[in-house]
Amino acid sequence: MEAFLQFFNDYTLRNVLLGTAWIGVVSGSLGTFAFLRRQSLLGDVISHATLPGVVLAFLVWQRREIGVLMIGAAGTGLLATALIQVVDTRTNIKRDGAMGVALAVFFGIGVLLLSMIQNLPTASQAGLDKFIFGQAAALVQSDVTVLLAAGGVVLAALLLLWRELKIVTFDPDFARAAGFRVTVLEGGVVTLIVVATVMGLQTVGVILMSAMLIAPAAAARQWTDRLSIMVLVAALVGGTSGAAGAVVSAFGPQIPTGPVVVLVLTALVLVSLFLGRKRGLVWRWHRQRRSRKLADPDTVLGALGALEAAHAGTVRGHPKAVVRMAVGQSAQVGQALAALRQAGLADEHDGDWSLTERGRSEAGRRARDQGG
Amino acid sequence: MSSLEFEILVTAMTVSAACAVPGAYLVLRQMSMVADAISHTVLLGIVLAFLVVPLYGHPLMVFGASVMGVVTVLGIDLLKRTGLVREDAAIGITFPALFSLGVLLISLLARDAHLDEHMVFQGDLVYSVFQRLELADRGYGPMTLWKMAGIFLLNGALALRFHRELKIATFDPVLAATLGISPSLVHFGLVLMTSVTAVGAFDSVGSILVIGFMVVPPVTARLLTDSLARYLGLSILLGCASSLGGFWIARTVNGSVGGSISLVMGAMFVAVLLASPRRGLVADWRRRRRQRVEFAVRMLVIHLFQHRTLGPRTEENHAGHLEVHLGWSAEFSRRITELAEVRGLISRVDTHWLGLTSVGERQAEQALAG
Repeated sequence: MEAFLQFFNDYTLRNVLLGTAWIGVVSGSLGTFAFLRRQSLLGDVISHATLPGVVLAFLVWQRREIGVLMIGAAGTGLLATALIQVVDTRTNIKRDGAMGVALAVFFGIGVLLLSMIQNLPTASQAGLDKFIFGQAAALVQSDVTVLLAAGGVVLAALLLLWRELKIVTFDPDFARAAGFRVTVLEGGVVTLIVVATVMGLQTVGVILMSAMLIAPAAAARQWTDRLSIMVLVAALVGGTSGAAGAVVSAFGPQIPTGPVVVLVLTALVLVSLFLGRKRGLVWRWHRQRRSRKLADPDTVLGALGALEAAHAGTVRGHPKAVVRMAVGQSAQVGQALAALRQAGLADEHDGDWSLTERGRSEAGRRARDQGG
Repeated sequence: MSSLEFEILVTAMTVSAACAVPGAYLVLRQMSMVADAISHTVLLGIVLAFLVVPLYGHPLMVFGASVMGVVTVLGIDLLKRTGLVREDAAIGITFPALFSLGVLLISLLARDAHLDEHMVFQGDLVYSVFQRLELADRGYGPMTLWKMAGIFLLNGALALRFHRELKIATFDPVLAATLGISPSLVHFGLVLMTSVTAVGAFDSVGSILVIGFMVVPPVTARLLTDSLARYLGLSILLGCASSLGGFWIARTVNGSVGGSISLVMGAMFVAVLLASPRRGLVADWRRRRRQRVEFAVRMLVIHLFQHRTLGPRTEENHAGHLEVHLGWSAEFSRRITELAEVRGLISRVDTHWLGLTSVGERQAEQALAG
């Protein structure tokens, strides 16, 4: 226990924990908008596309502070989204194709640049390739300060533009008609997403940062229909996962932070999908079971009688599935059929159910009663 | 060029040709980002298969790893079908999860194995040709080359054999179903082909660059042609050409071959995007400008036609008034009136007042009628 406490007093871990959790909070709240605007994969493209920017910034300034690298990353990230936008609106290429091209080409250029600086004599470039999967342990105090500042700006922008973002997200046509500058706002959202993505590069890495944006929102969506609550829940989910990832990866230098964070996130998404309020799969199954109420024996007797009347003499019996359809789609007829057999009114041969002599006259009598 | 370099070049071209075949259909079916997901998750397949058959490149391992691509797509479908998340989010949740599992397994279990993080994101064409195919003490060239040539032939043969099925299922799934072609069988066939190709290309270009090899040449080809056959051929051709150019760049700057090829593919795409005769941005811009001018000339003619009863020298007919009435700039007004004059649609009265010629009147009537 003491070792455990000491572990939390550790300077590096405190930085890492704070940094990663904060990234989760920021990307979670912002990802909500990407998720709702059906732009979940945009974060994926942006994060891959930041790689050449990171390397270029390093080449230009010969420094690897997170603030410096963020500038380059944001540059190429924005460039990639602009390319997607142009190709999507001006050509016959569909959006998915444009995204695939942007992602692969920018990442490829990043790989090329990385391979080139590996030939350079500069020693400090070591560790730049950690951006691929992220290494939270490399976070130092000044990095955390930059992260806190950048995230603060993003969240402040989110709050200031709350009403505008809400309208643009849910009804862009109305927003346009109401005089909002939709294109500018959409560009603003993308810029914020780029900043959030770039924040996570060093700890979570280029490839997995997209999950940090989308998964918290996907989990939060299952618990509420209100945007404000969804943003808060997503921030909570993101922050928790980030913290959990930082702690777990602190146990061994070979454990990469990004994958751990993503796996924790995925677990939270699955829990939310199953247990989410009202919409959760478990409740849905439960409701379906209940609504499939047991058919009562009298109804089944009538249905079987009607079936036999319709197919008089052509078939020996009817399978259970047919009886169920005759009674109504979701009814459960098994117990009713068993009850009828016990009463000697129906019988089963090789899975086919038919009425006994007594059952037939009983069914006929009821049909007449009902008719009269 | 040394024989080793030549082998690298031929291998690179084979990889691009092999990737272009499934890629062309993925782009047509709007599954580019599904390809992205598959190429990431085959990593987990490779790690798991490696734990069972610890022989890198073994055909059994390639196939085992490819199953993960199908699992990914099934997972995405399953998530989508709950109705709780949309397709884009389903993709964005599924593949990072499986990919993370793969990365984590590598870093925890396969430390000393023939897999490392470096390979994951870029592979290495240069390194990949060092693995030689040797039979009975004779060398037959790089293993990767043979593997990718095999995959290319397999992909090509399948695409030719099921040409009709692929075409109908892609362009008209309902017709396909009525003709007895199962769209989902075609779908998963293509997913499996994509996975096998991604696994095959894993050691030469890695898990992520392979997306570019699959998607960029077909998207570029799509800007150039509307014929399916030409599109397929062009996709393969552009892939091979990029490999050639990329190889040359990599050799010059002493950098990653896969990265350089991606760069050339991107440059080719941008060039075509700008300059494609019918679909390019320049052509598009020109068309828009021409349309703007044509529309303006018609507006001018109609404007003069509407006010023809007011007499030849009214404010409405004054050349300078167009700026007010039609909201044109002085420069634009001048250009349009000159053009209309050259075409014989209008004539000037004392230079400042405009009148319609009989040709212009007829055109205005036509425009208003139709």
